[in-house]
Amino acid sequence: MTASANTLLEVKDLKVAYGGIHAVKGINLEVKEGELVALIGANGAGKTTTLKTLMGMVKPAGGEILFKNQSTAKIEAHDYVRHGLVMVPEGRGIFGRLTVEENLLMGAYWRDDKAQIANDLERVYQLFPRVKERYKQLAGTLSGGEQQMVAMGRALMSRPKLLLLDEPSMGLAPIIVQKIFEIIRMVAAEGVTMLLVEQNAKLALQTANRGYVMESGKVTFSDDAAALLSNEKVQQAYLGE
Amino acid sequence: MTSTINSAEFRANNLKTTLVLGVIAVVLAILPWALGHFFESGNSWLRAVDFALLYIMLALGLNIVVGYAGLLDLGYIAFYAVGAYTFALLNSPHLQAVIPEWLFQPNFFVMMLIAAFVAGVFGVLLGSPTLKLRGDYLAIVTLGFGEIIRIFMNNLDRPINITNGPQGINNIPAVQFAGYDLGRPIEFLGVSFEKIHLYYYLILAMCFFIIFVSMRLQRSRIGRAWVAIREDEIAANAMGINTRNVKLLAFAMGASFGGVAGALFASFQGFVSPESFTLMESIMVLAMVVLGGMGNIPGVILGAVIVSITPEILRDVINPLQQALVGRKVVDPENLRMLIFGLAMIVIMLVRPAGLWPSKQRRAELAPKTKTISQQENDSLQDAERNHD
Ligand SMILES: Nc1ncnc2c1ncn2[C@@H]1O[C@H](COP(=O)(O)OP(=O)(O)OP(=O)(O)O)[C@@H](O)[C@H]1O
Ligand SMILES: [Mg+2]
Repeated sequence: MTASANTLLEVKDLKVAYGGIHAVKGINLEVKEGELVALIGANGAGKTTTLKTLMGMVKPAGGEILFKNQSTAKIEAHDYVRHGLVMVPEGRGIFGRLTVEENLLMGAYWRDDKAQIANDLERVYQLFPRVKERYKQLAGTLSGGEQQMVAMGRALMSRPKLLLLDEPSMGLAPIIVQKIFEIIRMVAAEGVTMLLVEQNAKLALQTANRGYVMESGKVTFSDDAAALLSNEKVQQAYLGE
Repeated sequence: MTSTINSAEFRANNLKTTLVLGVIAVVLAILPWALGHFFESGNSWLRAVDFALLYIMLALGLNIVVGYAGLLDLGYIAFYAVGAYTFALLNSPHLQAVIPEWLFQPNFFVMMLIAAFVAGVFGVLLGSPTLKLRGDYLAIVTLGFGEIIRIFMNNLDRPINITNGPQGINNIPAVQFAGYDLGRPIEFLGVSFEKIHLYYYLILAMCFFIIFVSMRLQRSRIGRAWVAIREDEIAANAMGINTRNVKLLAFAMGASFGGVAGALFASFQGFVSPESFTLMESIMVLAMVVLGGMGNIPGVILGAVIVSITPEILRDVINPLQQALVGRKVVDPENLRMLIFGLAMIVIMLVRPAGLWPSKQRRAELAPKTKTISQQENDSLQDAERNHD
C-alpha cells in the first residue's frame, strides 16, 4: 500500500492508549479521494478510538496521520473542520437546545460565504424533507432517526472533504437504517469521501468500496468490500453466516 | 434561512411587540412621579427601583455566563465590585494625588468604557485558569475568586493605601453627562430633576442598552456557539468553534456588564465599601437568573425585579400585617421578611422548576415526558413508512 496522488488519508502504524489500556495497537489505513471505506469490528475493537484520533480528539501514542499528505499532528481541534475533516460521532452529538435549523447552521459555523451557506441549507433540506418539516423544532425533541439525519445534514453543511461516520445505524429501526444508508449512498454519489464505522457489517460492506476489519486494536483484514463479503472468516465472525 | 421566515406572522408579532414596548416606555417614564404621588416615601421606592435596574444589568451579565455558556459562576459580584472600585478610585479625592485631575473627569461614556474594560479583563483573569472546569468544580473556584476580590478590597489599605480597607471610598462624585453634573438638580421645562431622578433615567437607559446587547448576542453566531459549547463541548469544537476563546468571551462579556453596573452603583451611591460585595450578593444575582428563567432575557429581567423588589415590599407590609393579625410585634420584621422571601423562592422553584418565565428550551428539558422514547421511535417509524416512497 503506497500513497498515490489521490490518497486523501493515510494512517501509518497508529497507536492509541488510554492510560495503560492500548486501544489501538499500530494500524495502517488508507482512504482515497472519492472512496467509501468501511471499518468494521466487534465492540471494543477500537473503531471509535481510531475516528476520534483522526479528528484530533484523542492524542495518538505513536504513528502518523497524513491528511492530503500533511501531518495532522499540529492542527488544533477546532481547525480540523477548516481542513475538511468532519465527523458524525457515535451518539450523533446533536445540540439538543438548538433548533434543527440552528444545528444545521452550526455545521457552517466556520464558513463565511453566506450565499453558499443558504444554498447548502436548501440542498440538505432536499436531501432530508423530514428535517425540513421540523426546522423550528428543538433538535433534542427529535426521534433518533431524525437526529441522525440532522447530524448528517450538519456534517454536510461543513463541506467535508473526508466525512467520518461512527455507527450511523445505532439504535435505529431497520427501516430507518435503510433510509440512512440510502442517504450515505447519495452523499457518496455527490463525491464526498467517507470512512464508515458500522456494527451492521453486512450493510456497510454492501455499501462501501473497500473495507477494514479491526479486532482488539489491530487491523486483521483489509480488502475490497466485495471480497470481504465473500471471505469465509469474515462471514463467520461478522456477517452471522 | 430567509425562506423559513413567515413574514405576515413576523409583522403581526412586531406590531404587538411595539405596542407592548410603547406602554412599558410610558410607564417607566412617569414612574418617578407616580411613586412620589402615591407613596409618602416615594424617593426610597425610587431608590429601590434604581437598584432593581442595576440588578437587571447584573442578572443579564450573569445570564451570559450561566444561562448561555452554562458556566456556573458563584463569584459574579466580584465584577460589580471591580467596576465600582474602578470608578471610585479614578474619581474620588482618595487617589487624586496620584491620578492627575485633568486626566479623569467623571465623564459618563469614558467611565463606562473603562469600567467595562477593566471588569472584562478580570473576567478573562477568572476564565483562563478555569477553562477546563465545569459545574460544581467551577462553582467552587469562582466562589473563591469572588471572596479573594472582596478580601483584597478589605485589606489593600496597607502597605500602600489603595482601597482604603473596610471603610471604603467616600465622596465619589456623580457622573457628568453631556456637560451636566448629575449630582446637582437640573431644571428642565420648569421641572427640577433631583439626583435620584436623573440617575433613574440614566440607569434605565443603560439598562435598556444592556438588554439590547443581550438580545443581539443571543441571536448571534456567538450566542449559538455558547449554547453549543454548553451542550457538547467536543462536538462544538469539531464544528470549528474555538471553545477556549468563545468561553473566555462569555466570561469577559458577562463581567463587563457587571462592571458597568458597578460603576453606576459607585457614582450613584457616592461611596463603596467591600461589604456591598459579599457572597450573598452573588447568590442573590444567581437566584434572579435561575428563578426568572435561565437563558431567557424576559425571564431574567422578571427574576431580577422580583428578587430585588419583594424584600422592599415586605419591609413595608410586614409590620402592619403583624399588628393586624396578632395585635403586636411577635417576630422581628427583618427576620420575618427574609424568612417569607426564602420560603417564596422555595415555593416558586418547586412549582416552576424551570423558572417563572423559562425559555422554550428549558421548558422542553424539564417538561415531564408525555411519550416514552420507544413510543416516539414508533411514531417516527410509521411516519417514515408513510414518507418512504
Ligand atoms: N476514554 C476512555 N478511557 C479508557 N478506555 C477507553 C476510553 N474510550 C475507549 N476505551 C477503551 O478502548 C477500547 C476501544 O474502544 P472503542 O470505543 O474505540 O471501541 P469501538 O470499536 O468503537 O466499540 P463499539 O463498537 O462498542 O463502539 C475499549 O476497550 C474501551 O473500553
Ligand atoms: Mg464505537
